[in-house]
Amino acid sequence: MTEGAIVSSFIPLFAILCPATASILILLSRKRPNVRESWTIIAGILQFSLIASMIPTILNEEVIKCIFFQTMFKGIAFGFKVDAFGLIFALTASFLWILVSFYSIGYMRSLREHAQTRYYFCFAIAIFGAIGVAMSANLLTMFIFFEILTVSTYPLVIHEQSKEAISAGHKYFAYLLTAGVFLLFAIMMTYYLTGTTDFTGGGIKALSELSSAYKLTLVILFFCFLLGFMKAAWMPFHSWLPTAMIAPTPVSALLHAVAVVKAGVFGIVRIVCYIYGVDLMTSLGLGLALACIAGFTMIVANLFAIAQDNLKRRLAYSTINQLSYIILGAALLSPKGIEGAMIHIPFHGFMKITLFLCAGAIMVVTGKKNISEMAGVGKQMPVTMLAFTITAFGMCGIPPACGFISKWFLCLGTLQAEEIIFLFVLLIASLLDVVYFFPIIHIAFFKRPEGGVEEVEVKEAPLFMLIPLSLTAIFSVIFFLDFILRLNIISMYFYKIVEIAVGNVIPIP
Amino acid sequence: MVRLFFAEHYPVLVIVVSLFSAFTILIAGWVNKKNCFPISLATIFVQLMMALFLLHRVITSGTIHYWLGGWAPPWGIEYVIDAFNAYVLVIVLFICLLTAIYSKRSIEKEQPRKIVPFYVIFQLLVTGLCGITVTGDIFNLYVFLEIASLAAYALIAVAGGRALKASYNYVIMGSIGACFYLLGVGFLYAVTGSLNMADLSYLLPPLYGNKVVQAAFVFFVVGMSIKMALFPLHIWQPDAYTYAPSAVTVIIAAAMSKVSIYAFIRVLFSVFTTKFIQIYVPIDAAISWIAAIAIIVGSLIAIMQTNLKRMLAYSSVSQVGYIVLGVGLYSTQWGLHGALIHILNHAMTKGCLFLAAGAIIYRSGLWNIRDFEGLGKKMPYTCAAFTLAALSMIGVPPSVGFITKLCLLLASLEAVEYGFVAVILASTLLNLVYFWRVIDRMYFVHNEGENEIKKDEAPVSMVFPALILGSLCIIAGILWLAGAKTPLLPMVNQAVNALLGTGVVAAP
Repeated sequence: MTEGAIVSSFIPLFAILCPATASILILLSRKRPNVRESWTIIAGILQFSLIASMIPTILNEEVIKCIFFQTMFKGIAFGFKVDAFGLIFALTASFLWILVSFYSIGYMRSLREHAQTRYYFCFAIAIFGAIGVAMSANLLTMFIFFEILTVSTYPLVIHEQSKEAISAGHKYFAYLLTAGVFLLFAIMMTYYLTGTTDFTGGGIKALSELSSAYKLTLVILFFCFLLGFMKAAWMPFHSWLPTAMIAPTPVSALLHAVAVVKAGVFGIVRIVCYIYGVDLMTSLGLGLALACIAGFTMIVANLFAIAQDNLKRRLAYSTINQLSYIILGAALLSPKGIEGAMIHIPFHGFMKITLFLCAGAIMVVTGKKNISEMAGVGKQMPVTMLAFTITAFGMCGIPPACGFISKWFLCLGTLQAEEIIFLFVLLIASLLDVVYFFPIIHIAFFKRPEGGVEEVEVKEAPLFMLIPLSLTAIFSVIFFLDFILRLNIISMYFYKIVEIAVGNVIPIP
Repeated sequence: MVRLFFAEHYPVLVIVVSLFSAFTILIAGWVNKKNCFPISLATIFVQLMMALFLLHRVITSGTIHYWLGGWAPPWGIEYVIDAFNAYVLVIVLFICLLTAIYSKRSIEKEQPRKIVPFYVIFQLLVTGLCGITVTGDIFNLYVFLEIASLAAYALIAVAGGRALKASYNYVIMGSIGACFYLLGVGFLYAVTGSLNMADLSYLLPPLYGNKVVQAAFVFFVVGMSIKMALFPLHIWQPDAYTYAPSAVTVIIAAAMSKVSIYAFIRVLFSVFTTKFIQIYVPIDAAISWIAAIAIIVGSLIAIMQTNLKRMLAYSSVSQVGYIVLGVGLYSTQWGLHGALIHILNHAMTKGCLFLAAGAIIYRSGLWNIRDFEGLGKKMPYTCAAFTLAALSMIGVPPSVGFITKLCLLLASLEAVEYGFVAVILASTLLNLVYFWRVIDRMYFVHNEGENEIKKDEAPVSMVFPALILGSLCIIAGILWLAGAKTPLLPMVNQAVNALLGTGVVAAP
């Protein structure tokens, strides 16, 4: 449980300024679409390189700090602290932003969507929020970016501006801003109890040193935190996520599979490992409670997913399920479990984004949204469906996609924590994953379309869309091969970072 | 350093300049009614400069005591300016300045035949507001309170029609409030023979057990509660805000209500003391709960409104609740801070919202929220200002509303009053409901022929003040958060210390 040496640097500030500046430039160049979109892409690439430039420092077991000012509340600073765990999330979100920006161009132009400036503007602000959450040094800073993320995604959710979309937006707000209220309460309560809100590896000391009279308070506080992270879509507070699928597909892909929901689970892991700490969680018995919630969500979300016919909605339920894998991993409070949770954040991001991008590509080319209509799509769009199939395998934990690895770690985690029941929960949930993903593949490849047309012309989505989704699929395979074959292309960095992150929060036996 | 003329006389000049200007406007307006606006604007600008100078002096070299006519208190009238006065004075004059800029086009359209009377009374109102703020004498405060109130009654009535009834209601309620205040003054004078605030706070402690003193205190509280429209004594306020001319609404809602709250806090803590409140009339729990009810009920009624200005008026009822809740929690570290911080915050946000509402009425004649579809395209800058202020009302970080919420939350936690915590948090969601409805209409609700909407913005002189306040809602939020590094928080610290008489720095 050692925190590395602290290095002061302004790189986090520059990284976060990229999307902020881009959002202003996007507004200014609203009359020229090509210029507008290039701002997004330039900002994305710049941001990713800035964040990637922090990798060596983190690998050196150091922590990058960038404090702007002490706030009016004594003991709370406003600023960034990039540790290994934050870096994982920041890298994932910023890298996928680049790909999704390309995809957005193809998607929005193919469908001739309205209000594109607003779309790109809000997208940039949302990324600003997500990266801010990833790099925040303490709870209050995190809350500020959290709320920015919530508010900026509203215009994206209701993009269609139909009655249905607006009411979906209202539901979105009703859940997420109520969550914000709980989170704010929990943060202020933490501050009141301990006088600090800094993320500390192994938990805030003052919190674990509170007398036993505060036991109930701490339990209630934890549940307030959990309610605050409704963005993690744990059941029964999940239903905003499927409703939000009315948004354009790139939004569902990046925000509702990566940025927003991952910010939620990221927050939960932060609370478990960096605020409460593993020891306090164990002594209060909160790990088990959290694991039960996660286990419940995993099974029930999968049962819901089976019943969905709309592809995006099915994917949304799958997201709910996969998010709970991450929560479960953290709740196990064992090194391997936490490692699995941390690995699953980027891995699930890469796989789920591929699935959503495929769903979007299918929608753009064929106009089909429902699974039952998708007979023959596999022949029409072979590349897209291949990417879909590979990553769907990954979702179920089958090679050759990286989902296998994170699930492997999670299973090890259950054994390490000696919670055999949750091993079964994990395996059953994975089995259910198969139950709802394989029919899609089956229908797309093997079912004849009605009307019995023999020859289907191959018609893929525009390259702007096809390339990003192929890339994410390829990456999910590379992650897997890299680990299994020890190719050391990415893994020597990536797995090292995860190990450092785990080492920060829990003593590795 | 440049030697400023009459610098030592600024406390009185702030008022005298304004008073003379009112009569100058009347005469100049006879000659040509176009003269009114520049004179008024220049006067308020000069006043603001003086106020800023005073604020600077107070912060650097402590409280200013000015003896009117050289007569020593407690016989003569004394003007006392400490950090709290100066802070409120600057806020009020800043709002007045923006309102003056705004009023030019607004009044030309709404009341073209009453321009001269408008500016004369407007200037008198400013005089009254400044007077209430700088004076250190409770009877003098009453005089200025009446000047300001009478001016406000007249300004509301300028609009004619339903405004007459609103103004009449306000006259009745306002006069009752003033009577209560005057009774309080009379009682205190009967007991102590003094009207000077500092003198009173010196003479009163031995008399705290006296029933007359306690009755006087209650009269003060009730009287000021009417003036600042604290629930349930707010019934005059929604009509007055709704039917008054746009510019007038801005100044009453953003500046005048703040001055009433200033007087309330001043009497509570500078004439009486925390000791009196703690031991003899333990009113803090009562006003905190009244404030908590005000926060919720004000928001609930606001949700039911379809008229934008009326909705904002009820929102003010709820926001006054925030400030009073802070006052009620004065014994905690952040309570009074929250109240004082929210005085600035609410002046800016509500000012911006009413400015935007007025601009919308000016350009499109729309006041019903249901008709706002597509307004975001038609009047982009006005709507942007409105949105910024609305987000701040909801308390989205890093806006000013968020800062207030943090302070009050911490204060409630420290007082172990989870009821207030729940109220503050619930109010966030209620604010969201009624403000988001407007934003939704402006930007997102689909309407036919959306692409044909042409940009048709209100005049620059009306949009500009709204945009300034709108962006200040965010900028000031960051400045508050940055705490000690900016001038804002130390100023409030100084003010709170002066009020509570602690003398030491209570907060970081």
